[in-house]
Amino acid sequence: MATTVEDPRVIEVDVRTDEMLVNMGPQHPSTHGVLRLVLRTDGEVVSEVTPHIGYLHRCAEKIGENLTPRQYIPYTDRMDYLAGMNMNLGWALTVEKLLDLRVPEKGRHLRVLIAEMGRIASHLVGMGAYGLDLGTFSPFLYAFREREKILDLFEEACGARLTYSYLTVGGATADLPKGWLEKCEAFLDQFVPVIDEYHTLLTTNTIFIKRTAGIGLLSPEMAIDYGCSGPVLRGSGVDHDLRRDGETIYTSMYDDYNFEIICERDGHYPQDQDYPPVPIETMLGDCWHRFYVRMLEVVQSVGLVRQAMEKYQASEGSHGEPIKLNQKLPPGEVYLETEAPRGQMGFYLVSDGKAIPWRVRVRSSCFSNLSVTPELCRGCLIADVPAVVGSLDVVMGEIDR
Amino acid sequence: MDRDVANSLNFLLDKLTGLLGRSVPEDHVAGHLIAAFLYVGLLLHLVAVSALVFIWMERKIAGRIQDRLGPTRVGGKFGWLQTLADGLKLLTKEDLTPTGADLFLFRIAPYVGFCASLGAFIAIPFAGQDFPFVAQHLNVGVFFVLAVMGIEVFSVILAGYASASKWSLFGAMREAAQVVSYEVPLGLCVVVPVMLAGSMDLVHLGDKQQGWFTNWYLLHDPFTFVIFWVYFTCATASVNRAPFDLAEAESELVAGFHTEYSGLRWSFFFMAEYGSMLAVSLLGAILFLGGWHGPVPVASLLGLAWENGPVWGYLGNLLGMVNLLAKAVLLVTVMIWVRWTLPRLRIDQVLTTCLKYCTPIAAAMFLGAATWHMAMPDRVFAGLLQAPEANRLLAEPSATPRLQKGGNL
Amino acid sequence: MEFQAIAERLQERLGDAIVAVESEAIDPWIEVAPARLMEVATALRDDPAWLFDYLHCISGVDLLETDPKKAAKTEWEPHLQVVYHLSSIRLKHRLVLKVHLPRWKEDQEGELPELASVASLWNTANWHEREVYDLCGVRFTNHPNLRRILCPEDWVGYPLRKDYEMPLEYHGIRGR
Repeated sequence: MATTVEDPRVIEVDVRTDEMLVNMGPQHPSTHGVLRLVLRTDGEVVSEVTPHIGYLHRCAEKIGENLTPRQYIPYTDRMDYLAGMNMNLGWALTVEKLLDLRVPEKGRHLRVLIAEMGRIASHLVGMGAYGLDLGTFSPFLYAFREREKILDLFEEACGARLTYSYLTVGGATADLPKGWLEKCEAFLDQFVPVIDEYHTLLTTNTIFIKRTAGIGLLSPEMAIDYGCSGPVLRGSGVDHDLRRDGETIYTSMYDDYNFEIICERDGHYPQDQDYPPVPIETMLGDCWHRFYVRMLEVVQSVGLVRQAMEKYQASEGSHGEPIKLNQKLPPGEVYLETEAPRGQMGFYLVSDGKAIPWRVRVRSSCFSNLSVTPELCRGCLIADVPAVVGSLDVVMGEIDR
Repeated sequence: MDRDVANSLNFLLDKLTGLLGRSVPEDHVAGHLIAAFLYVGLLLHLVAVSALVFIWMERKIAGRIQDRLGPTRVGGKFGWLQTLADGLKLLTKEDLTPTGADLFLFRIAPYVGFCASLGAFIAIPFAGQDFPFVAQHLNVGVFFVLAVMGIEVFSVILAGYASASKWSLFGAMREAAQVVSYEVPLGLCVVVPVMLAGSMDLVHLGDKQQGWFTNWYLLHDPFTFVIFWVYFTCATASVNRAPFDLAEAESELVAGFHTEYSGLRWSFFFMAEYGSMLAVSLLGAILFLGGWHGPVPVASLLGLAWENGPVWGYLGNLLGMVNLLAKAVLLVTVMIWVRWTLPRLRIDQVLTTCLKYCTPIAAAMFLGAATWHMAMPDRVFAGLLQAPEANRLLAEPSATPRLQKGGNL
Repeated sequence: MEFQAIAERLQERLGDAIVAVESEAIDPWIEVAPARLMEVATALRDDPAWLFDYLHCISGVDLLETDPKKAAKTEWEPHLQVVYHLSSIRLKHRLVLKVHLPRWKEDQEGELPELASVASLWNTANWHEREVYDLCGVRFTNHPNLRRILCPEDWVGYPLRKDYEMPLEYHGIRGR
């Protein structure tokens, strides 16, 4: 603060201000766990944001070098712990790609069903927590109320509510119990009208729009350059979703499913007449659009779940038996990305012919999504930092692994 | 009221000491002191108990809004003693002061806030007419209440500054910026009823609206109707309630100015917040919602007036007090409802809302109300009805000044 | 574009920058000479026929058999691999690039092998290279900010190397 005035006759009339370094996190209510952001602020204006990660590092890749693929499934649960099912699926498919294994028809539909339910549950948390970041508490509980019902269904299917280890290499650990589909159907029927509630409380709320429109603008070029994926990428108008554009082993899961990638094309979202209109003050690639894409994906996933239930019921035979716990892997290496709720979750597996992989590498979607924060937060206000980070919907368990 | 009560107390003292063969003059200081303690004691309880009730209400309402139950166990069925239990817990908590904090300022900050919040109640009447229920009857009551409430800001700024925490400092600076923006429209809003009543005396302001709800200033003309909502918005901002709770802004500033506070000191901030909520709601009810004069003039219909004797008058006043408190609690409930529904505004948006929208609206409404009042004086309910005789008489200047009678406390 | 076509065109254009092409693997890959990585990467990103605009992942793989008995039987010399997974959002094709590096620079233990950073081509690489540096110990030259990312800054060693040993103690915390 102390600067010497060279000429004593000169009287400074300006208020002298200084930049201040502020640690937002790792213990902070809105950094989604243990993210640490170092803010360089000038008053309320943030001139620079530096994310520091690693507070939740649990050596997942190292652990992968010591366990067989099926033993590793529970560790994938703990990566994106809000979408454990989708993590299981990503790893299972990677190993299946190496083994050249295809799950039976019934197992395939079961996987779509469970993965899309997982996506709904995960987006609900993302949505509720985003409300929390913007200072409204009620939508969070509304979201958790519905998520709880999904967790109940998951619990019935596999016995766990958070770390499922349900979908596994070769299929799933168990078939769906009797009566599950009816309960799921009932849940969906009840859930669809609730989405309008969320739109009222958040999507179309004036204050919400004011807080998110035009904030954290991410251009499509920058999104691709930073390796962003999932709703963050599609919120910028990039028409890319691995459920359609991914590798065959993954996209074949969604064969004969009817869905459209949620992304703005020529100023329109698919079927947008059914949803609240896009406010004029928003810009493609801002926080509002990322949020909106998530909301529309929830609606879409409901449709996919309905289709999957139908197909699941129609298909005969086994849901896919898990491989042996210590099954030997063929030598080789595979890389596979799947469309998890938060983006493209990739697993890279190097095998030297033993049952235990030589190397496991996890490509986390949030890791890349978060790395764009410094760009998005440059010159924004302090209050916008949670708004931006929340719109990226990061889960630290996945970033730090 | 104070003088009368003091004199009566002195009279009682005189009788008591008379037994010992001594006398107390009518204007003795003892009577005044006892009266002062009596008032302060009553007001302190009002603020403290209302804070307890409001916190319980807030949790219950929030719970219901969020599809859960809220507190259910402590104190029986509705968890109505939950706040007391929390208070006890806060009492036993360790009182932490951060190293590097300015200890003196850090410690007094919550009390400054609480005192300011409590101080406002001194001039707020709870019933009017011939023998108003008010601790200190001031002919500039409105001004006093706003001025004293303004001091509460110091507690936030002091707490933020003295905590030696960057988040607290941010909270304090936000509060400072916010004050500048909401005080202007708030003052403008309050001026309108003052102008209509021709008095800054809260008792008179209330009594000018006696009778049916048609006499309320809220419904006086379209301009006052609008300005009530502007007042309510600014009042919400002035007590730092969501969506204007920028000074604490949980998701941004951890807890803002009270990040470093714990235990009882922290709870004093809350008492102050809920006290201020009640104060601005009472003020709003007196200025716009007829104060102690209900939608239906039950008291006068039942003949509970001072003309019929002191007991009836007293009962009428009690009824008026319940009426006023009910209106205030209703306004507080709306504040709670808003808090659990809306996201928080950003600091620049708060400044915009208050300075760019509320101030011009308030100014325009002020002009409109003034013109309306000049065009058709003594008409109420959007100019449809003639103001009752009693309401008009009060505007006479001779009836107004009470303070001039002699010194006060 | 099919992998075969990409590989042929690359070999045509950059010749000896391409060390090996493996098209039989599940994920076919191309091995690039470490010194010429930037050249290849730039071409892959900018050539209108390839347009690899999206870098998925950079992985470090340590190929070292720690068991001396097995080491005698392994076919490969101990080395590090850095694997780049690329794709093109516009043209919808994928490619795997590999770079072989010595485990230590000039076989001097403790001297990290060096590789050009591709962070100037794909911003994704910024954090991914930091992670590879942190966990596998590869020094990326011209990286804007090469610091540890997951481990604390004062951590010793590169945990994903096969000869890594967990420290006995870190700031008073028992390690093993």
